[in-house]
Amino acid sequence: MLESLIFTIFNGVLYGMLLFMLASGLTLIFGMMGVLNFAHASFYMLGAYFAYQVSVFAGFWAALFLAPLGVALIGALTERYGLRQVHQHGHVAELLFTFGLVYVIEEVVHLVWGRTPVNYQVPEALDFTLFTLFTTDFPAYRAFMLGVAIFMFVGIFLLLTKTRIGQVVQASLSHPDMVGALGHNVPRVFTLVFAFGCALAGLAGVIAGNYFITEPGMAWNMGPIVFVVVVFGGLGSLGGALVGSLIIGLAQTFAVQMTFSIASVLADMGLAISEDAFLSGFWFLELSRIGPMLPYLLLVLMLIFRPRGLMGTRAD
Amino acid sequence: MLEVKGLHAFYGKSHILHGVDMNIGKGEIVSLLGRNGVGRTTTCKSIMGLVEPVGNITYNGEKISGMEPHQIAHRGIGYVPEDRLIFPGLTTRQNLELGMKKSGQEGRWKLDDAYKLFPRLEERAETPAEVLSGGEQQMLTMCRTLMGDPELIMIDEPTEGLAPQIVKQVGEFLEQIASSGMSVLLIEQKLSIALKVSQRLYVMGHGEIVFEGTPSDLEANESVRKEWLEV
Repeated sequence: MLESLIFTIFNGVLYGMLLFMLASGLTLIFGMMGVLNFAHASFYMLGAYFAYQVSVFAGFWAALFLAPLGVALIGALTERYGLRQVHQHGHVAELLFTFGLVYVIEEVVHLVWGRTPVNYQVPEALDFTLFTLFTTDFPAYRAFMLGVAIFMFVGIFLLLTKTRIGQVVQASLSHPDMVGALGHNVPRVFTLVFAFGCALAGLAGVIAGNYFITEPGMAWNMGPIVFVVVVFGGLGSLGGALVGSLIIGLAQTFAVQMTFSIASVLADMGLAISEDAFLSGFWFLELSRIGPMLPYLLLVLMLIFRPRGLMGTRAD
Repeated sequence: MLEVKGLHAFYGKSHILHGVDMNIGKGEIVSLLGRNGVGRTTTCKSIMGLVEPVGNITYNGEKISGMEPHQIAHRGIGYVPEDRLIFPGLTTRQNLELGMKKSGQEGRWKLDDAYKLFPRLEERAETPAEVLSGGEQQMLTMCRTLMGDPELIMIDEPTEGLAPQIVKQVGEFLEQIASSGMSVLLIEQKLSIALKVSQRLYVMGHGEIVFEGTPSDLEANESVRKEWLEV
């Protein structure tokens, strides 16, 4: 029990940090530009595919650096020549633009890499068991993923609080017009933030693509859950994105492990429910099967009871 | 120095400015008066590029209408908005530093000058700006714009909602920057301050300039005051 608890917490935190790598970029982009970027997880997918491609020629370590840069470049071009033009026509147009982009990127991935998963593997140097606790092996690659995620988190924090560009970004979160009137090139800051957010998503794709599977559906698997995280944590709030990522990460990981149902809990307390009882399907439903629904249920409840999310400041 | 000719501006479909003409000379203190909602703030924002201007605005002979706000700021125009727009999450000092156009590049106005003008800001230097009082925020927002070393500063209703003691400080501040040779466009409702500090005044009504003259002209012209200024 203790063993599975420890590993579940570890995996939950790891999954949460992975979510945060996407959520942080998404929430910053929203906070600054008011753009809800539906295509954010598509940049995560691009990161994984780029990493696969680079690793074929130059190995994993080159991919770790080059793939996020490639994604950042595509992000910058998307903002500069796509979103900025669409921006004049309002938020609905922007939303539809990013929605369209999801399909464009997916189809491009189909064309270039095909519809089946590509063979993107964990590098050999990291393909060993780091330690064994009780009876469970802990792969070194997981520790590496966690390390990258934490490094990235500290990096964002220092960048935003200790550097001037970070302060310009922070100021632009609340009053972009005023930042421009003080002489800062706000459109350029927007491009940088968008590219940076895409790079983070790309980096998440690089380190997760080989751990999970790199396939054209991966954007759709990750996208909705990242939206849950940022809405839950509060749109535009980086702290909220962190807390939201960890809560959703842990909740989902825990739920998958839970094999008990209302009936089994009642049975443990001496109140057995028979298989043919009224609504027996409900009583015997295992919590693990509700797991996938849990984040979206949290999202819906959050929007009803606290629309600005855990730590969001915007009322709109 | 600044010339505005036939300026129109729109918010969505509503037509706010109907051909505003005005100019400001070098080192001149000019006030733009009028009741709420006549388009004074929109005039400022159009000059700054924050509202898309339709018409012709030139600054030192260069056409600035159509430029981005940051380009206009780099030409030497500073803007102090009515709603202050201090940056929450940053300290007072960080807010001031963001007023500098390049990192660490102080112009004629330095951090110490801001602190000398308003010692309160130095006491609050490391305080998150969002917890400052209304008066302190007003001092901060004025000094923040000064840090960018503008030649022309547009200040929108700096005394609104402030205690009399602070209004007095703001008045002294205006006189001080005026004596430094900076041009000032002051938007005010309080006639007393405007008459005291300005060399020339414009009165606005319904998106147009309805009066232009010196403080003594305006004092002599009771009908303009009655029709366009007094409540």
